[in-house]
Amino acid sequence: MTEPPEGGSRRAVVTAPLAVAGLCLALPFAAMLWVSSYARTGPAFIGIPFFYWYQMLWVPISTLLTVAAYVIVRRHERARKAGEQR
Amino acid sequence: MKDGVNGVALAVFIFFFLAVTVMGFMASKWRRAENADNLDEWGLGGRSFGTWVTWFLLGGDLYTAYTFVAVPAAIYAGGAAGFFAVPYTILCYPLVFTFLPRLWSVAHKHGYVTSSDFVRGRFGSKGLSLALALTGILATMPYIALQLVGIQAVLDVLGVGGGSNWFMKDLPLLIAFGVLAAYTYSSGLRAPALIAFVKDALIYIVIIVAIIYIPIKLGGFDHIFAKAGEAFAVQNPETGKPRGALVSGPDAQWAYATLALGSAMALFLYPHSVTAVLSGKGRNVIRRNTTILPLYSLMLGLLAMLGFMAIAAGIKVKNGQLAIPQLFENMFPDWFTGVAFAAIGIGALVPAAIMSIAAANLFTRNIYKDFIRPDASPAHEAKVSKLASLLVKVGALVFVLTMDKTVAINFQLLGGIWILQTVPALVGGLFTRWFHRWALLAGWAAGMVYGTWKAYDTPSATQDHFGNTNLIPLIGEKGYIGLTAFVFNVIVVIVLTVVLKAFGAPEGVDETTAADYTADAGDPGVEQELPPATAGVPGGH
Repeated sequence: MTEPPEGGSRRAVVTAPLAVAGLCLALPFAAMLWVSSYARTGPAFIGIPFFYWYQMLWVPISTLLTVAAYVIVRRHERARKAGEQR
Repeated sequence: MKDGVNGVALAVFIFFFLAVTVMGFMASKWRRAENADNLDEWGLGGRSFGTWVTWFLLGGDLYTAYTFVAVPAAIYAGGAAGFFAVPYTILCYPLVFTFLPRLWSVAHKHGYVTSSDFVRGRFGSKGLSLALALTGILATMPYIALQLVGIQAVLDVLGVGGGSNWFMKDLPLLIAFGVLAAYTYSSGLRAPALIAFVKDALIYIVIIVAIIYIPIKLGGFDHIFAKAGEAFAVQNPETGKPRGALVSGPDAQWAYATLALGSAMALFLYPHSVTAVLSGKGRNVIRRNTTILPLYSLMLGLLAMLGFMAIAAGIKVKNGQLAIPQLFENMFPDWFTGVAFAAIGIGALVPAAIMSIAAANLFTRNIYKDFIRPDASPAHEAKVSKLASLLVKVGALVFVLTMDKTVAINFQLLGGIWILQTVPALVGGLFTRWFHRWALLAGWAAGMVYGTWKAYDTPSATQDHFGNTNLIPLIGEKGYIGLTAFVFNVIVVIVLTVVLKAFGAPEGVDETTAADYTADAGDPGVEQELPPATAGVPGGH
């Protein structure tokens, strides 16, 4: 019925690395939803207007950011598990 | 060309299609568990898929007729506006990363197979669970419809069923429907999982060839975009507006952003995405997948540009959905046209199968078992699910026959409007228990009614109904109706939760605990998977 506030897994401490992971996940939103920042044709890349190649460039960028977040979160979860099994 | 049947292409197409269908039937024997007659087995493939199979399953959802037909067609029709699909697929992974591992954990701890199972367990509300199930089934139908439209477009260009009487005209659609129904019925989720490998191989070959060969043949991207720019600048004599734009104009940017965000939020709420996610072996399988799935987004972006290439190649079709198949037929030698069309056809078939299985699971678990026959045996459940998957496909057929087929992307966006209304209960429920179950139900109803009404009220290209963007109240810009309805939904939920709590309305029983949301495979109480008959995951793909 209610969330037990105690218990090892519910130590809702947001550590600095977790905040970084959050930032990694949030950045693509800022970049992609700010449409006016990339709504132009130049500079073109191999003939492709800026509007298109810029957004496609964000695919690998967001992938790297997600990988970073994954590494951070996994490390955090392992640390937490180790803490639980004391 | 439109006149006559393209014999070689048709033969190659049929060859691949048959090969895949046979594989689908054989798939029912692949890694089969001891008892195949239960829902876990037919509908979740025994919940035993690792990173790679899950990846292909999820990819199966992404690489659909949406990617191959609908998005390039939207670009062909209006330019930049259709490219929102790229930010959409970029944004969905951070979202998945954040909330789906929690869903995996709680689902495997309590044996939930659907999102409705979860909501019932979390909020102790059968009504809310029913609302989610109905929404999931309803929203899946137009999405499957989109796949049928894709297969139909390919067969149309191949010259099948160009006749004048209704039977010949709809023959491609009926064929597509029949094949899909037959092989999902017999082998469940294993069929699409196995076929996904073939499908992806075919698709990658076609994409790589298309992206290199066609621009070279058309004189490079410079030329392609110059031609497209000219074509978009031409004014439509009926509306007095230019046909489209190479760059999203100031008055179209809200629509662009809201379509991207709304679609991203919607994608992983569909029953089939939930099915794919829950069939993974562990919590981190999902996270790992979000780091490799963007590969699909890159391909989507490249494919979207086929829309410009169709313009540059001088393709003129009344129905935009035919632009890409026609481009392929004009550009490629006949045999490769056949390969490309098979890729599109199978690429529509696989997701359609996954989608209809998932919607059927939802029906059986959360409507049939909860409200009609609570004592159904596992074998009986599996049988009902199979029948339900047929009914879902019939529902999809109804959407194909009633909606404007020239803007196929609207099918997916209509589904999105509905599925987005499940966010507060599902995603909200994964993180907080604060929302009141009745408020969630009221918010859902408000969002559904508003979204459906607005969509019905918005004209699309060739019909007065089922457009996807309309004015956002208060902001006064055009935006995706689904997102507006979602915000409306959330406001209702918050206001009513405060009110209901003030009056002390009874809360449902929450059977989950905080620790359930972070549990992983191997933790005590996390459900054992059904043991597969043969060990190991087919690796190396």
